[in-house]
Amino acid sequence: MDSQLLRDLKKLLGTDGVLHKPEDLLLYEYDGSVEVARPNCVVFPRTTADVVEIVRLANRHQIPLTGRGAGTGLSGGALARRGGIVTSFARMNRILEIDAENQRARVQPGLVNADLSVAVEHLGLHFVPDPSSQKACTIGGNVSENSGGPHTLAYGVTANHVLALEVVLPSGEVVHLGGAALDAPGYDLLGVFVGSEGTFGLVTEITVKLTRLPEMTKTLLAIYDSVGDATETVVEITSRGITPAACEMLDGWTIRAVEAYVHAGFPADCAAILLIDVDGLREAAESQAGEVAEVCRLHRAREVRLARDAKERDLLWKGRKNAFGAVGRLSPTYYTQDGVIPRTKLPETLRRVDEIGKKYGFEIGNIFHAGDGNLHPIILFDARQEQQFRNAVAASDEIIQFCIEVGGSITGEHGVGMEKDRLMPLLFSEGELALMQRVRDVFNPAGMLNPGKIFPTKGCGEIRVRPGAQPASA
Amino acid sequence: MTTAAVSTRFGDTIGAANVATDPAQLVAYQIDGKTPTTAVRPGSAKEVVEIVRCAAAEKLAVVPCGARTKLSIGMPPRKYDIALDTTRLDRVIAYDPGDLTLGVEPGVALQKLSSVLAEHGQFLPLSVPFMERATMGGTTASGVDTPLRQFYGTPRDYVLGMEFVTGEGEISKSGGSVVKNVTGYDMHKLMIGALGTLGVMTRINFRTFPLPQATRTYLATFRWANAACEFRHSIARSPLRPLSIEIIAAGDTVMLRADERPSELFEKRRWSALVSIAGKEDVLARSRRELESFARTADRDSLESFSELGGGDQERLNSYIREFPALATRSSFPAAIFKISVLPKNLVGLTEGIHSVTMRHDVPWAVMMRGVGVAYLALMAPDRGAESLQRLKEACVSVFRSCAERGWGRGVLVSCPMEFKQEINVWGAVSDDFALMQGLKKVFDPHGIFAPGRFVGGI
Repeated sequence: MDSQLLRDLKKLLGTDGVLHKPEDLLLYEYDGSVEVARPNCVVFPRTTADVVEIVRLANRHQIPLTGRGAGTGLSGGALARRGGIVTSFARMNRILEIDAENQRARVQPGLVNADLSVAVEHLGLHFVPDPSSQKACTIGGNVSENSGGPHTLAYGVTANHVLALEVVLPSGEVVHLGGAALDAPGYDLLGVFVGSEGTFGLVTEITVKLTRLPEMTKTLLAIYDSVGDATETVVEITSRGITPAACEMLDGWTIRAVEAYVHAGFPADCAAILLIDVDGLREAAESQAGEVAEVCRLHRAREVRLARDAKERDLLWKGRKNAFGAVGRLSPTYYTQDGVIPRTKLPETLRRVDEIGKKYGFEIGNIFHAGDGNLHPIILFDARQEQQFRNAVAASDEIIQFCIEVGGSITGEHGVGMEKDRLMPLLFSEGELALMQRVRDVFNPAGMLNPGKIFPTKGCGEIRVRPGAQPASA
Repeated sequence: MTTAAVSTRFGDTIGAANVATDPAQLVAYQIDGKTPTTAVRPGSAKEVVEIVRCAAAEKLAVVPCGARTKLSIGMPPRKYDIALDTTRLDRVIAYDPGDLTLGVEPGVALQKLSSVLAEHGQFLPLSVPFMERATMGGTTASGVDTPLRQFYGTPRDYVLGMEFVTGEGEISKSGGSVVKNVTGYDMHKLMIGALGTLGVMTRINFRTFPLPQATRTYLATFRWANAACEFRHSIARSPLRPLSIEIIAAGDTVMLRADERPSELFEKRRWSALVSIAGKEDVLARSRRELESFARTADRDSLESFSELGGGDQERLNSYIREFPALATRSSFPAAIFKISVLPKNLVGLTEGIHSVTMRHDVPWAVMMRGVGVAYLALMAPDRGAESLQRLKEACVSVFRSCAERGWGRGVLVSCPMEFKQEINVWGAVSDDFALMQGLKKVFDPHGIFAPGRFVGGI
């Protein structure tokens, strides 16, 4: 890498603000996906002004630039696919303002998601989006990926909870999108920016909506001897007009993996469990919990447990949120999919996933946001064996293909990144992809910000994982 | 091509019966006094493509419209050749109650759709003005909001995807029809509220919602604005989850049509707060108790009355609230309506500002403030005289100035006498993201044929 650029970056950020030695860069080759890409250097700005200077330097040297939060993403969004500078927001992690009266907070992008909810809990507020990685992932990353989480079923994903952004464009210009007050006149640039996977600009400040904590949350665990019964329960809950705060499903295989690790009290001999939260006013939560339990029993749940207190509830949720960690203990590598289907198609989709697993000889665990039809099949394989990796990708593609056939989508919350760029033509025509690229060019005309993402690139089919790669949890 | 030749070509494409060139028919498509030369009513997305391609080739300006209830939003078009009437695109393409998803063509009437959804115990939380005529496309493209946004948000929160025709006559799509999806850029968000300046929608996918089983509306009437606002804040701090919170008042009821003015809302310069809550009996009983207690403690001496509205009254008052932003189109005198966004805690400051502006210019006013921090302020000229009109215009300028100086947030003049638009930009000043908006306009509509000049900053 250009030594002048390195000197300039060090002058700007201090020697401890720039990493460039191969051993230091190793960590930044990865994120939570199965992808690998090494940057030339990693920089750690502290202010918006630093970010502006970094962007200008990158422009002067015509070197690609990629933003990075905690690197927990599952689609390679934070990886420097074409090398260049990775801008880590680890040092821009402050809460700038909490405005309880207006239920807003202004934060820096590197703030860890869960830290915000912890900081406002005493005010009776929280930040709704809760990806499973919320103890590590950053709000800047959530904005880039439009992250979801179990509790987005009733309350919406990141895009529904972001009000304003300060953004450094690839030109070095600073712009403000949206506003703390609602409905800024003009095109909804905020809406199109959230979820643009770091290809439009570097976010330096975020104004989010804070939501009042529910007076009561009831957590139910329903245990089934058949996956079909569990999925039918989900469909009926919805058709009864109940919108649970969360509705998660784990299949038997995943339950056993989780139980061995977390000891959440999931029975090892069942075929599926549903983990359901209902919340709201005490009266509403209680009656909904009763109704949900009734629906579960109607669909042959062999047991319905109601968490008695916060401690029991936390344990059940710990089982769900650590599921990916539990799976990680079983296999050298696993590949988590993120397909979406109409929720009424759950039973047939799960049957198909099972068939695909058998066809390729993989164990596939299923864990998913059942309420909104967002599947996370987990394929266990050994990346050290090249054929296994190829098969895992092939099996995964078949699952995604099926999701599309039943009217779904290729990613519900993980993003396209470098993982699914080659699958985009399954959903979008050449003309539609070209239009999206022209939209990107408005923000990022030279394509130097986070290049090689979202859109199919030539020469696909390369082996994208190094033997021995060990992805992190979801 | 001459106008006649273009019309003939449209006739060949979509049938002569669906092309209007008769001035008497075209009056219905006027925007701020401008009349198009042709109105076309395509029956399919493919026909929209043909029309747009022809318009692009001939550099003709196209304004897409539905039931034409909100054409006065925005600035007059710089050029207006073709009214693209979407009301024949009125099919429900897909509705899956089990998945809570819906795909419709833009010309579907909101009311017709409501009955389709109600059969399955579902609805769309679009309690918007011109409810009896409004189409899904117009509702989406105009960016109107609804009292129900307090609980459900706005279309940007529940539009799942879209299909649209770009200014080059290409059909494109964005998003999908599943409730959770992050595949590709959410271009459909750009279309919402864009007044048809980026494309013609041909399909809109929505998430539907279960229809609440029982809903009650509570009315608290206060002497002072600050008490009404404090009432709103108490609710926000409580665990209650209302569907809507609206505060309404009038400085002078002269501007409100007596036959439709609910007397409960506008008595003696009072500030009325209407709160709707859904739930079972126990939830409603508790909500009523707590709301009454918040109303009593908001300001010791300010509460005049608190009541639970019965069936007919509830329906009548909520319809009034729903239609309030359309007030100007029904009043017999020239009126101007602002939409002003504020942080909720600045609602009181907004009411003080309204007092000072309207007193200074001596214009009658009425205001409706949503609890989320969006206010509709109606100002009126007390008669049709030139002096009154001038006063009204000056008051409008003052409101824009106050938005900037008092830090209210952004103000948009959503409705006003069309002659005001020669001097006032109804969108207010542009912000630092405007160059990006211009760039996007060029991407979607490179020939500048869609509703030129109607949108923010002359887009």
